[in-house]
Amino acid sequence: MPVECEGYSWGHDPADLENLRKRTPCRSSQIETLLQLFGEAAHYTPPALFVYGHTATGKSCIVNGILTSLKLPHVSVNCVECYNSRFLYEHILNNLPSSDTNTRCDNMNDFVRLLQQGVRESQLQDQTVYIVLDKAERLRDMEANILPSFLRLQELTNTNVCTIMLSEIVWEKFRFGTGFSEPYLLHFPDYSKNELLEIMSLDAPAGYPAALYGNYINLIMSVFHLVCRDLKELRHLASLNFNKYIEPIEKEEATVNDFRKLWKNIEPHLKKALQTIYLREISSSQWEKLQQEQDSASLNPIPASRSHVELPYYSKYLLMAAYLASYNPVKSDRRFFVKHTAKTPTKPQTAKARKHERASNHLLGPKPFPPGPTPGYILLHCGRQGCPNCNHILPDYLPCQPSPPWASSR
Amino acid sequence: MGKKKAKVTAKTPSSETSIKMIQSILRKRLAQMSSPPEIQGYTKERQQLFDLLKRTTVSGESNSVLLIGPRGSGKTMLLKSVLSELREDENINQNLLQVHLNGLLQTDDRIALKEITRQLQLENTVGDRVFGSFSETLQFLLDALKKGSSQSSKPILFVLDEFDLFAHHRNQTLLYNLFDVSQSAQTPICVVGVTCRLDVIELLEKRVKSRFSHRQIHLFNTHGFFDYSQVCMSYLSLTPGELDETVTEPWNTHIQELVSEPSVRDVLQRQFNLNKDVRGLIALLTHPICKLSPTHPVLEAGDFLDSFKKLTTDTKSAMLHGVSILELCLIISMKHLMDIYDGEPFNFEMVYSEYLKFAQRKSSMQVYEKPVVLKAFEHLITLEFIRALDGSGSRVQKEYKLMSLLIHPSQIVDALQKYPNCPTEVKQWAGNSVV
Repeated sequence: MPVECEGYSWGHDPADLENLRKRTPCRSSQIETLLQLFGEAAHYTPPALFVYGHTATGKSCIVNGILTSLKLPHVSVNCVECYNSRFLYEHILNNLPSSDTNTRCDNMNDFVRLLQQGVRESQLQDQTVYIVLDKAERLRDMEANILPSFLRLQELTNTNVCTIMLSEIVWEKFRFGTGFSEPYLLHFPDYSKNELLEIMSLDAPAGYPAALYGNYINLIMSVFHLVCRDLKELRHLASLNFNKYIEPIEKEEATVNDFRKLWKNIEPHLKKALQTIYLREISSSQWEKLQQEQDSASLNPIPASRSHVELPYYSKYLLMAAYLASYNPVKSDRRFFVKHTAKTPTKPQTAKARKHERASNHLLGPKPFPPGPTPGYILLHCGRQGCPNCNHILPDYLPCQPSPPWASSR
Repeated sequence: MGKKKAKVTAKTPSSETSIKMIQSILRKRLAQMSSPPEIQGYTKERQQLFDLLKRTTVSGESNSVLLIGPRGSGKTMLLKSVLSELREDENINQNLLQVHLNGLLQTDDRIALKEITRQLQLENTVGDRVFGSFSETLQFLLDALKKGSSQSSKPILFVLDEFDLFAHHRNQTLLYNLFDVSQSAQTPICVVGVTCRLDVIELLEKRVKSRFSHRQIHLFNTHGFFDYSQVCMSYLSLTPGELDETVTEPWNTHIQELVSEPSVRDVLQRQFNLNKDVRGLIALLTHPICKLSPTHPVLEAGDFLDSFKKLTTDTKSAMLHGVSILELCLIISMKHLMDIYDGEPFNFEMVYSEYLKFAQRKSSMQVYEKPVVLKAFEHLITLEFIRALDGSGSRVQKEYKLMSLLIHPSQIVDALQKYPNCPTEVKQWAGNSVV
């Protein structure tokens, strides 16, 4: 059902709007709401809009798309780039249409004054000027007066300015202190599965039937949709693995309609992709190279190299000792590491102890250990077996940082 | 439906230009750029403020006053309307100097002082003398202020918006000097502080406090629902002078009918129960007014309902709607952990083992490996659904960092119901925490 007033163009060129709608599918109601809020160029807009939604739901794309395609005067800033309030001010002032590019400004007071002046100089009084702050959650980390001032910029500058903030974090987490004037909240909902399919089938490669690519996208979604709803990530995965998918067709082992065969071919490949490329264990270029080399079956995902460190002989044992010491309780040391002990806890005691225990240390994380006997013992035991003449370099009580073996006499 | 709409459209002359005019007027009100139609309920306070300012301007008496009230209770608006009434007097209009400061902009005394010289247009005088230090400028300004007497010199009105922020300045130099001038009979100045903190007096230093007149005007939203709907009506209807009679009249009757409609009254009542102040009302009216266009020429009750629904959606539940199934499973595990261990903090390993308990035994779903789950967990951290207890202490590995869940169990239940294609086993698992 079309929205009732979709036809109305608020004094903008309807062709531009139509273009915009085509470029960003599945977002017509959001575009509609934004257009209504913006109104005509001369209309007053609510002083602050806060747009929130998940990663890749088209927040920046649509807001910036509307502003550029309708040629509304706007400045967009990424708050991650402006780690300093001064950069933020200067970026906004210098990017106003028709302004000189080296205004200096280091406090809010000057910013408000210069903004007013800049708007007047560039003949924009009878138009709304938009300031888009992307990744607005970073504003919370700046000085405390920045966020409230941006929310009231219209009142403070007494000009028609609208601040649009884009964020992934909900508005409740922005409030602090005595509060401030609340912005108008706008939610960009996540894409449903069908919408994701629709959007992703837009970048179907030329030369293949649309149904083939549609089918491929479906396969991608069946593997990844449970884990990931990020459109960017899904598109990236789709573009990386498409060559593998059409390989049987290229080799003429299968036809375009052999969906089953194609699925059989791609499925293990996609499962592997979930563990490697999705986690960025191997880079995209490596992945593509491996695909070309045709041995993706024997493909040894790289984590081996990541968790493999060459250590000197005693360092290895020290590391093992430290591991045992930090994940085992001190009271079990005697039992485990001293050869002949008479004392063993009776059974009812252990049961009782176990009841009080919340979880094993592997759940709670490593415990700090004193430079006590445990590491020493282990090192000693292993040392005796591995290296015949290490008795004199290893005392039975080892401090936490042993002197290196080469420091003592051979 | 279509018939009814046609009837309403016929009643209002909806030529395109008149709708545009109406809209630009209403939008200007929403943005609070034009003074609102009328002030509700503050007659006594208004008289008090008016008399005070008048005494300063006419008889050269120095004063200080604080306007205290919650956000959106009309402090600035009251002050504006009093000032505009004062300025109607030609004599006052020529004599009164105004300095408007805002605690958000003038974050320290140096900037505030510069702003004062700018607004009093003393820049030329100051400019020649090259003020190096803060104290010199202050000295100059104070001298200029002190030289005057209550009879001969022009009165100055200082309006300090966000007054409580000025109290955080070092030594409260600005406040001290302003109050000092207002206490000793020198140039007649009136200091009006506007704040929303009730305990603002406690923030002042003793020497500043003793120079302040302790005159406070409290503006609380004491109006009832009837006044509230009157305010709503006055925000929506056109004042006689603004537009042509033929446009104004049908529009206003339409608004009157609309506001007395039961469904609209119901929405207003619910908004009133949530939030009494005018800002809340403006937020409610924003979308209906912005929606006005030649293709949608009148306000309808449905617009109000939609707008209210949008205003009151729970943002966190809305965000929960968009997480993936794996992330949802993790959130449910965390909820179970919180249930079992009485709200003790948890770490990733615990969540993962809880997830494994479910995925391996209870469900037919694919069991994901640790790194994949960790990625989902980190996504939840960036969304601030969970937070590390000890800030960002990087000394512990991320798997063992203690976290706490920032979502209420009812929100999880709520989100689960609305979640599209949620597997049944996940729903059942969410229901009972003992696996």
